Amino acid sequence: MIDLMDRRADESALAVSPPKIEVRGLDFFYGKVQALKAVDLAVPANAVTAIIGPSGCGKSTLLRTINRIYEIYPDQRAAGEIVVDGANVLKPRFPLSALRRSVGMVFQKPTPFATSIRKNVAFALSYYERLSKAELADRVEDALRQAALWDEVADKLDASALSLSGGQQQRLCIARTLAVRPEIILLDEPTSALDPISTARIEELIDELRQRFTIVIVTHNMQQAARVSQRTAFFHLGELIEVGDTSQIFTNPHVQRTQDYITGRYG
Amino acid sequence: MQKTPGHTLKAFDQDMAELRGLIADMGAFAEAAIEEAMRCLVERDVDAAAALVEADDQLDELEAEAERRVVELIALRAPMADDLRDAIAALKIAGVVERIGDYAKNIARRVRRLPKKGEIEPLSLLPEMARIASGMVRDVLAAFAARDPQAAEAVCRRDDAVDDFYESILRTLLTYMMESPQNIGPSTTLLFVAKNLERIGDHATNIAEMVFYAATGERLTDGAD
Amino acid sequence: MTVLFRRRLADFVALLFAGAATLFGLTWLVWILWTTVSHGAAALSPALFTEMTPPPGASGGLLNAFYGSAVMVALAVLIGTPVGIAAGTYLAEHGRHSRLAAAVGFINDVLLSAPSIVIGLFVYELVVRPMGHFSGLAGALALAVILLPIVVRTTDEALRLVPNPMREAAFALGLPAWRVTSRVIYKAALSGIVTGILLGLARIAGETAPLLFTALNNQFWSADITGPLANVPVVIFQYAMSPYDEWHALAWAGALALTLFVLGLNLAVRFFARKGSK
Repeated sequence: MIDLMDRRADESALAVSPPKIEVRGLDFFYGKVQALKAVDLAVPANAVTAIIGPSGCGKSTLLRTINRIYEIYPDQRAAGEIVVDGANVLKPRFPLSALRRSVGMVFQKPTPFATSIRKNVAFALSYYERLSKAELADRVEDALRQAALWDEVADKLDASALSLSGGQQQRLCIARTLAVRPEIILLDEPTSALDPISTARIEELIDELRQRFTIVIVTHNMQQAARVSQRTAFFHLGELIEVGDTSQIFTNPHVQRTQDYITGRYG
Repeated sequence: MQKTPGHTLKAFDQDMAELRGLIADMGAFAEAAIEEAMRCLVERDVDAAAALVEADDQLDELEAEAERRVVELIALRAPMADDLRDAIAALKIAGVVERIGDYAKNIARRVRRLPKKGEIEPLSLLPEMARIASGMVRDVLAAFAARDPQAAEAVCRRDDAVDDFYESILRTLLTYMMESPQNIGPSTTLLFVAKNLERIGDHATNIAEMVFYAATGERLTDGAD
Repeated sequence: MTVLFRRRLADFVALLFAGAATLFGLTWLVWILWTTVSHGAAALSPALFTEMTPPPGASGGLLNAFYGSAVMVALAVLIGTPVGIAAGTYLAEHGRHSRLAAAVGFINDVLLSAPSIVIGLFVYELVVRPMGHFSGLAGALALAVILLPIVVRTTDEALRLVPNPMREAAFALGLPAWRVTSRVIYKAALSGIVTGILLGLARIAGETAPLLFTALNNQFWSADITGPLANVPVVIFQYAMSPYDEWHALAWAGALALTLFVLGLNLAVRFFARKGSK
């Protein structure tokens, strides 16, 4: 009886604490094509929010607006607000470097840089902070430990990052992101290129990380969303159809389209 | 919520359809068993009653089959939302229907305890009670097949009638027993039969709650229990 | 005749033609190489690398020619490579959607296929005339102009081959554009860029026509790039056309040396290409 009440308390606490990210009225355009339509979404802190939906529904697009990575492509633009800790990050004047430091991103295909493991992790660190050699080594070890990779690479930090397996490379990318101490981590289908064991390891890692970070994960694998997230948002054709606690979405969704997608009835 | 066109994976639809068919078969079996048991009781048909007791094994096998199918469905299809609720409901309903079958079997067992000849006045009340009970079973399983929460709710309300019947039979039997000590034997038998029927009504109500949850995702909150 | 037999026959005939065509092409290649090697090997001696080009009748070597070529080619690479890489980077990283970039790319392609003698003439007008005399500097400039579009094109393509997610990953860490390019993209595209430079080098090492207009030639030892400078291709040209046997021998030796050099460069290109694709 007491355990039941504790869990209920956890879930309702999630609902009342202020959201880390608030998306308000977000529109997104690839040239003339509108990919996101008036999206309103609140992402709670210290939890994993999963974004699911069929291909082309805009889930990756939404992720890429949060750290404004779309801006490297000239014909893509966003309108609306994304408020992180009270400040609208879509404002043109908002310092990009500061935004991308506090919002880390991991991509679908592991993207280690063509250099050593150590240098990969320390990559952005040396740009943001002046650290002594010892401090740098500590930060590298810390990041690798957080990414559950330290034990496997501690004795070969100077080996090429490309010599690691796919799952290890992905964890390296996560360590690289963690090294700069972000607050938010965006994951774009992080395990879809990996085997089941690597996938499980990374899901476990995500579960550990959520206690200290706000995590948004885009996945086309509903079981993964169910395993890993506390909140789930379902998108379809650029619109947010339904968002709620993961347990509610997968046992009793309120909107018909959500239920159809989840149960595999695509009509 | 309405059901939209079937699953993209047609085999999934087929599995669900077969499972529902199995539950429907179990329900028909149990319903027939109740009516047959009552008939044997009224006509003191000991042989048919014995056959009924034997036949209950079939229902047990059906329940085992239903359980096996549900476990397989969950493992292989990973059902979500309403599909998951339906699967869990099917599992629980199979168990309850099997118990209803057991009650019908118990009634059949009592047949040989009644005296072969002679009129037992309170006996005439029981067939009506049985009809209501078996009607509840039939209707609640129809509600499951149709995923109709309103129909399930309606079945719950009829349990009151069964309970009332039980009360009045109890009083009648008490009076009967007080008339003469010879009546005590048959009266207690009939009392047990009435108790079994009342329990069948309760179980039908349980099934109704499961049907309601499967269809809506919410608990049926009314004072029927 | 069954269908199968007809098909087999057609297959065989086609194979025959393909083989014959290959043989035809290879024959000329082998003939050229054999001629070069056999004639050149005869004149190959240490003197080739220690003595200057001789007057008619005397024996000598090609030292000043090797030196002059080396200097001009090195200078051309020094001038052409940074400009080429910069332009290639612009095209690949910043100009993907701009009209200016498209125009630059187009002009680059035109330059790539421009006849080298035209380039020589251009540099003649621009540098030799005002200077009043031929010079190694002009020669180096002409070679640089030939090298440039090669480096631009190969750099552009090497950079485009770097997968977008890697670019995005670097940007997502918050690094500014120039750092992304220098620290991440260049490293990833390094083998491709080096391949481009080596290919360009192989090309300009053997260019003769532009040098005729710019560096001309120098019989004597000269390290002065503001004056005419000896170089291997022009020496080969002169000596081959001459009536002297010793000069003929030296011309063959020069040709062989050049061929071996270009062969070596191509091997280096293969080596780098393999390193890059691992």
